[in-house]
Order: sequence, then structure tokens, then C-alpha cells
Amino acid sequence: LIVARPQKLPAPSFDLTHHKLDNGLRVVLAPDRSAPVVGVAVLYDVGFRSEPEGRTGFAHLFEHLMFQGSKSLEKLDHMRYVESSGGMFNGSTHFDYTNYFEALPSNALERGLFLEADRMRGPRITEENLANQLDVVKNEIRVNVMNAPYGGFPWIYLPAVLFDTFANSHNGYGGFEDLESATTDDAKDFFNRYYAPGNAVLAVAGDLDVDKTLALIENHFGGIKKRKTPKRPSFAEPPLTSERRAKHHDSRAPIPAVAIGYRAPDPIGALDPLLATLLLAEVLSDGDASRLQRRLVHRDHLVTDVSVYLGEFGDPFDERDPTALTITAHYPDPDALEAILGAIDDELARVSDNGLDPGELDRVRTRLVSTLLRDLDAVISRTLEFAKFELLHGRAELVAELPGRLAAVTEADVRAAAGELRPDRRAVLELVAGGQS
Amino acid sequence: MTGVPALTKPRTAKGLRSNEAVLDNGLNVIAVRKPGVPLVELRLRLPFLSPKPAHPAQANLLSETMLTGAAGLDRAGLAAAIQTLGADVSVSVDADRLVVGGNVLATNLRKLLELVASVLVDPTYAKEDVATERDRLVEKLSIARSRPGVVASEALATRMWGDHPYALDLPQPAEVAAVTPGQLRAMHRSLVRPHGAKLVLVGDVPPARMIELAQAALAGWTGKAPKAQVPLLPVPPGGPLFVVDRPGSVQSTLRMGRLGLTRTDPGYPALQLANLIFGGYFTSRWTKNLREDKGYTYGPHSRLDHHVLGSTVALSVEVASEVTAPALLETLSELGRIALLPVSETEVASVQQYAIGTLALSTATQAGLASTLSGLSAFGLGLDWIAEHPARLLATTVEDVSAAATQFLAPYGFTSVLVGDAASVAGPLSTLGPVEQ
Repeated sequence: LIVARPQKLPAPSFDLTHHKLDNGLRVVLAPDRSAPVVGVAVLYDVGFRSEPEGRTGFAHLFEHLMFQGSKSLEKLDHMRYVESSGGMFNGSTHFDYTNYFEALPSNALERGLFLEADRMRGPRITEENLANQLDVVKNEIRVNVMNAPYGGFPWIYLPAVLFDTFANSHNGYGGFEDLESATTDDAKDFFNRYYAPGNAVLAVAGDLDVDKTLALIENHFGGIKKRKTPKRPSFAEPPLTSERRAKHHDSRAPIPAVAIGYRAPDPIGALDPLLATLLLAEVLSDGDASRLQRRLVHRDHLVTDVSVYLGEFGDPFDERDPTALTITAHYPDPDALEAILGAIDDELARVSDNGLDPGELDRVRTRLVSTLLRDLDAVISRTLEFAKFELLHGRAELVAELPGRLAAVTEADVRAAAGELRPDRRAVLELVAGGQS
Repeated sequence: MTGVPALTKPRTAKGLRSNEAVLDNGLNVIAVRKPGVPLVELRLRLPFLSPKPAHPAQANLLSETMLTGAAGLDRAGLAAAIQTLGADVSVSVDADRLVVGGNVLATNLRKLLELVASVLVDPTYAKEDVATERDRLVEKLSIARSRPGVVASEALATRMWGDHPYALDLPQPAEVAAVTPGQLRAMHRSLVRPHGAKLVLVGDVPPARMIELAQAALAGWTGKAPKAQVPLLPVPPGGPLFVVDRPGSVQSTLRMGRLGLTRTDPGYPALQLANLIFGGYFTSRWTKNLREDKGYTYGPHSRLDHHVLGSTVALSVEVASEVTAPALLETLSELGRIALLPVSETEVASVQQYAIGTLALSTATQAGLASTLSGLSAFGLGLDWIAEHPARLLATTVEDVSAAATQFLAPYGFTSVLVGDAASVAGPLSTLGPVEQ
């Protein structure tokens, strides 16, 4: 192996402005005049974890309703105004938050702000819109889960094994029965409870003038009435004390798969241990030089592929406590599971007991920082990152500080992170393929 | 506050500094300075069309094994060397081309080009690595073919292209199992040659410097691949809807295709706009009808695909099984409507702005610009095409768009396949026209 000389890691720098409106809306601005494009993102502090029992999937269904017209806009107007301005829009529901965003030519900035403010005043919740979006969401679940091999594996199924509380363990896409029982009153209550301006962050990045943009934001969002914001409960759960096993049957899958979950360090209260765990994940599975690729794929021929990631959607910074480190693998031999688990434990013990090879941590870290930088190149990606770090950490600045924080992680930290991933702390979900018993 | 804010005066994007050169070995290099993040994106595109029946299996396995060792570095050693540079390299292949793609910290571009050169000039294709990847590719193919979308695309390619190589993109397992390391070495020697290939470099380095670095690193890579004698694309036959049975499917997967126009055709902008109005963006008629009115689907998509031998109009949608025939009825009705009746000025103005804005957004990142330029390079197009395309779109009239719709979106002109639960969907489908199983 080539031994790397430690190299200086590039760090991005951003010119961030923070502001808070009287109604509680938190605002982050990040000007960058290099291209005539802007990103606008609003994040609300509500995700799957805040759904009430009997209403699985409701946060996501509600996200769809936020596109069905608002205070002064008819159904389909939102999309038409964004697209006919030359922009793109989307929204997505996560464990701890829900985002809504537009990437726009900068001459449509005020229009984008207006559109977000208009639906912060209230979506048009009608029986007809709810029935229509219920059908759309069911088709989303059919295409991504029910009709797809490995659909929803493991993000829908592993939390039920790894976590105990309803908040952390339920299916975020929702069961059809729960979705079908949702009412317009549920939607109105959900909006009133969670979509207050004080429960949201607005980020705007790209080709903008800070003072003018703040005035526009004040103009469009300032008139939204202040409402009570919900107190967010802690969803934290302690580490497992004994191994858990479960099976998931997938009649469409041609070969078995496994997902192994471990509860990971608190991303907010223990960011540095989380970063050590993130570097461990890269040591284990990033590329052909990584430990599990070499052992499980190249040497032992046990698996077709293996992947280790932090965060239940694969973004290490997407959740508050709890979050998870997940190892997934597809493998052709249905009897190979114990050998795979044994080999993974071996490799974790090697890191924990013997540490890393010379240069290993530096090359993995260099690549990780390079990936983080690359992910910030698109203005809408930067906008979403600023909003997310502002909402979850209260500090959009962390986006720029991550390379420095990663640089401070030592080999001993990574060894310690590996030591946490013991067999008695894992949840193992076996995907049984094609109706095998 | 009164209604939706108007757009302000658009700001024009800064021009990009670029340089193009043909190296001594015949390699065409396109280098573009694009600051943003301190990285460089690389796309090396090699023509890979071949009429040989054994070609797809060999080409797919070659792309899986090309990075398993070179110039004395073994698989893990090569991967570690790449990672040390903060880089990533991957290889992909289809019926038209093989692409070596990657990205690297800008300061390490020279070293990455040297490593890529070592792969191009002196790859290993070790027996053991080829055997590992052969087994994995067979497993990956079985996973791919368990997806209804892949089954439908394969069935559509077979119906559209008959025995033309475009129908055989994805290889059969038995063909893959028969490929030897010797065949891969021979294929590499024959086809992985610089003369006529295109290298795109986009990132935070002066263009002249990038070309110098490419010249120095790649000078030892020489030769010219033989020109493939591939038959012209046949005209797809249309004909009855072909139903592929997938018992128990909760959704039906519909794919429709026909020949379109290449980007060099004067009629292309009109077809691009007609396609967007029909089903190419969220505000489209097809999406409005099937998703936002009927709730039959999560989302239909209509797009123009550009292959080296010709471009196609490609329609795809997944609909709930129980509404399969009604969804086809609405699809045919929307195609008939746009082919027979004029489109509106408002619709054309909307898609003109959408096409211009999204072209700017998709080329606003280093990765997006590199991939776009690499795709365009196969047709002799480049930055000029991107810069001049907005004017072409704006010069297109409502009449041009209606005429393009009449010529290219008439329902009878499509070749169609559907993957679904034949026992329940074939009967209702046959009320709309002939169905073949």
C-alpha cells in the first residue's frame, strides 16, 4: 500500500448572516454572486418521529398536502410558478424534519420567498386534495417499496428491530390503513401544531444581496402570525444490551441480504465521537481499499456488495439522537449469514485491537472531506445543508467547520468507535429472498 | 401584499474560460475552469459500439474489472492511491460508450491523471479479480432483472431494435460466465485507445494547465480503436402493446418509445418543448392528469434520450394495477390531444423558461457541467451549444411546437410494453387495442 503524507485539507468558507423575525422564524443567508442562481429552503422541525400512534406516514402525507395550494394559490400554482420561472422544486420528509425547497434563477428570488411564505400561512386542506394525495402517496409506496425488490430495505424495517419506542421504530412511509384513516382535521391540527414560523428555519443561498433579501423576507414572512411552538421531546434511547435478530421476507428479492444496525453517538451532544464513527464507516467500506470490501468481497467471496453508513438515510448529519450506523450486504448463499457476521466482528476487533495501517486514516479522511466539498457545489445542496445544521445544531457554521473537526479525529478515536460496535449491541435484520423459509 | 411577485431582470452568467486541444496521441481534451469547490471533475469517454454478440458481456465485465490493478499496484493498492488524492474513479459502460469518470482535489490532478494513465496503458485483469467480478456481475444482473423497470426497458429495447446491438445492452448471465481474462485484455488493447476519444476536465484549475497536465500524463497512451461497423438503427415497429407477466405485481410498469430528433437537428428545440409540455416536467399535461387529477401514479416521465445512432422519445410510468387500463386510456388521450390540437402560448412560454433555467442549473456545478459536456462531445457539441441553446428555444414558435407534437407524439407511432399482473390487466387493456403476451 502507498503510505500517504498527511496533507492539508481544504476548508470551505461562507459568508453567513443570521436573523430572527419577531414571529420566531430563524433565517440564514449565504450570498455567493458567482452564478445567477439561488436556493430557497424552509425546514420545519417535525418528521416521522413526531407522528402520533395510529398515524404512521402522516408527516410525509402532510408534506404532499403542502403542495396542493395555499393561502393565495390554487392547486398546481406552486409548481407552475417555480417551473415557469426556470426553477426546480421538491420536498422531503425525514426522521427529524421536513424540507421544502426551490432552486431558481436569481431573478425569481422574491417569487420563491413569496411561495414559501404563502404556504407557511396555510395549505389548502380539502377532502379532494387529501383523497388525491393519498392515492399519490400509496403509489409512491408501491413503486419504492411494495413492487420493488429490496424496497424499503432496511430503512423501513430495521428501526423496528434496533429501537423500542413508537417514535423511533415505526414505518415512516406509513401503513395503508393508517394513511387511509387520516382526515382533514388531522392535517389542520398537524399544521397548527408543527408548522408555526417559530418551528422553522429559512435558508437562502446564492446570488443575493443580504440587506435587500432580509427586507424581502421581512415583507413576505414578517406578517405571518406568531404561534406557540411545540416542545420537542427527547427521543433518545440507550444502547442495546443484547443482540436482537429478526427476519424480513421479500418475495421479489433474488438473493438474501442483511442489515446490521448499531445505535450511534448523539450527533448533537457528541459530534466528535460521531465523526470518529463516520471515519470508521469509511475505513470499513469506502472503496476497494476498505476493510470490509477486501475481506468480504475480494478475499472471502461471501457477499456481492457491502456498505457501511451513518444516519438512517445515509446522511450522517440528518438526525438528532438517536441515529444509527448500518452495515448492509447482499449475498448469494442463504447459509452464509453467520460467516458474514463473524467476519465483520473480526474486522471490527482488528481495528479496535490493532488500530489502523499507516496512512489509512489520512487517505480515508482526505477522500471524505473531498466528498463533503463536492456535495456543496450545487447551490440548492448548500442551502439545504445550512438550513439543516441551523435547525438541528443551531449553527449553520458547522458546514464549514466539519473538515477541521474531522482533521482532529485521531486513530485512538476511531479505535474507540470500533470498540463500541460489539455483537451484543447490534440488531440484525435478515432479508429472506423469494419465499425461502 | 398583492399576489405573486414578478420576475426581476435576469443576471447573465459569467462566461467560462475553456480550452480545447487534440493531444499528440489523438485524444480530444476539453478543459473548463469552473471555480466553486477546489476539485476537478474528469470524464474520459471512449466509443464502445460493437456489433459482436459477445461484446456486451465482455464490455460489462471489463468495466467492473478495469480498476482491479495496474502498473504493479494491486486492487487495494490502486484504490488506496486514488483515495489518498481525495479522489474517486469509476467506470461505466453502455451500448454506445465506456466512461472513466472521477473527481479529485484540484491540487492532486496531475497525480490522478498519472494513475488513470497507468490503468489505460498497463491494466492487470488478474485471473482472481476477474473471477470475483464475474460472479458478482452475474449476481448484480439477477438483482437488476428483478426490478420491473429493468424488465420493461429490456422488453422495450427488444421490441424497438430487434437484433440491433442496442437491444442487447444488458448481457445474459451465461455469456458473462464465459468471459476470460484473456478476452478482457484483448478488448482493452483493441478498444481502450486515445485516438478519437474525448476527455473532459472541469474544475478549479486554469484550462491551459489542465491540458498540459493531460498531455504529460497521457503521452504514453497511444493507438486507435478500429471503427465498428454497426448497422443503422431500424425504425421501431409500433404494433400491439406487449404485456410481460409479473404475477402479483401491485403496479404496472409502462414504457413507450419511438425515434425522435438529435440535438443537431434544427427541429430539436421544438420537439424538446413539445415533450416538456406533454410529460417532461411537473406542470406537464400528463402529470397533471395522471397524478394530480386521477392519483393513478406517483409520477409519469417523458424524456428525450440521445444515443449515438439516434435519439428517442421515451415515456415511462408506474400505475396501480387496478387502474392500468384507465391510465393507458388517459395517456393515449393526452398524446392524441397534443398531436391533434394546438398547444397554447402560455404552455410554450412556461417550458421555454423551464428548459433555459434547468439547463443553467444542471451546468452550474462542476460535476453537472462535466457530465453534460461529456455527453455532448460524442455529437461534436460543446460549451457553445449550451450557451446558444436558450436563443434557439426562445426562437421556437407555438406553431413549431405544435407541429413537432403532431409529428412525434401521435399515439400510434409508439412501440409499447407493459410489465404487470397479466391475469388482471391484460383483459381491460385489450379493450383499448390489441395486446400481445
